[in-house]
Amino acid sequence: MYKGQSGMWSWLLHRITGLGILLFLLIHIVDISLLGFGPTVYNEGIALFGLTIVRILSLALIGGLLYHSFNGVRIMLIDFWPRGTRYQGAMFAVVMILTIVCFLPMAYFVIAPAFGINPGNVASGM
Amino acid sequence: MRVSTGYGSRPSGGGFETFSWYFFRISGVLLIFLAIIHLFLNHVATDVSCTSYQLISIRYENPFWRLYDWLLLTLALLHGMNGLRIVVDDYVRTRGWRLTLQSAVGIVTLVFFLLGTITLITFHPVVGALGPNCIK
Repeated sequence: MYKGQSGMWSWLLHRITGLGILLFLLIHIVDISLLGFGPTVYNEGIALFGLTIVRILSLALIGGLLYHSFNGVRIMLIDFWPRGTRYQGAMFAVVMILTIVCFLPMAYFVIAPAFGINPGNVASGM
Repeated sequence: MRVSTGYGSRPSGGGFETFSWYFFRISGVLLIFLAIIHLFLNHVATDVSCTSYQLISIRYENPFWRLYDWLLLTLALLHGMNGLRIVVDDYVRTRGWRLTLQSAVGIVTLVFFLLGTITLITFHPVVGALGPNCIK
């Protein structure tokens, strides 16, 4: 129906990012449940998030969440704004730009400690 | 055959699919704020390795943050698992498999909701064993 056009890619990306965020959510509920086992067990669990490989996975989460949020707004505009359908292609471009613009500064804070750089937020564990 | 997607024209005629369609949108609007603020607080304002037992203990002295996290847990889980339900609906054609997987989606939703809710309600910091501010 809309194979290969922006409508298909935005739909596919929305579904993939949604499933990815859900997978993270389930893992996150388990790692937070470690609070019930006391400080040692919980801190050992959360320390994994400071590893470089997990920081890279966090980047995927952040990018996915930003895209899913902005594209969600685009979907609602298509649903409720009478001219939404006409501008869906342009709105997809705006979604991608907003995702990248918001992703870059957040990504810097997440990945800088992996390179030994203190990005200046509250103690980066260094 | 029932065609349900979270993405597309509004299902008409009431019933669960119409409710689901509206739930995606209402929870979605709330989640944009809840999730992005959560992400900013725990990955930007403080580094993720500083979300230690100590920090959680201080934060959860204020019931607002427990309520905030519980709302985020509940809405994100229901929004996400409802999405998974629709993905199963879209791709699983066999009746038996569909029933099995939809049941699994329901059970996983309930189990993770209870796990998260119990964690949030029962958390009381172990006094004198708070540990470091940040973990390398």
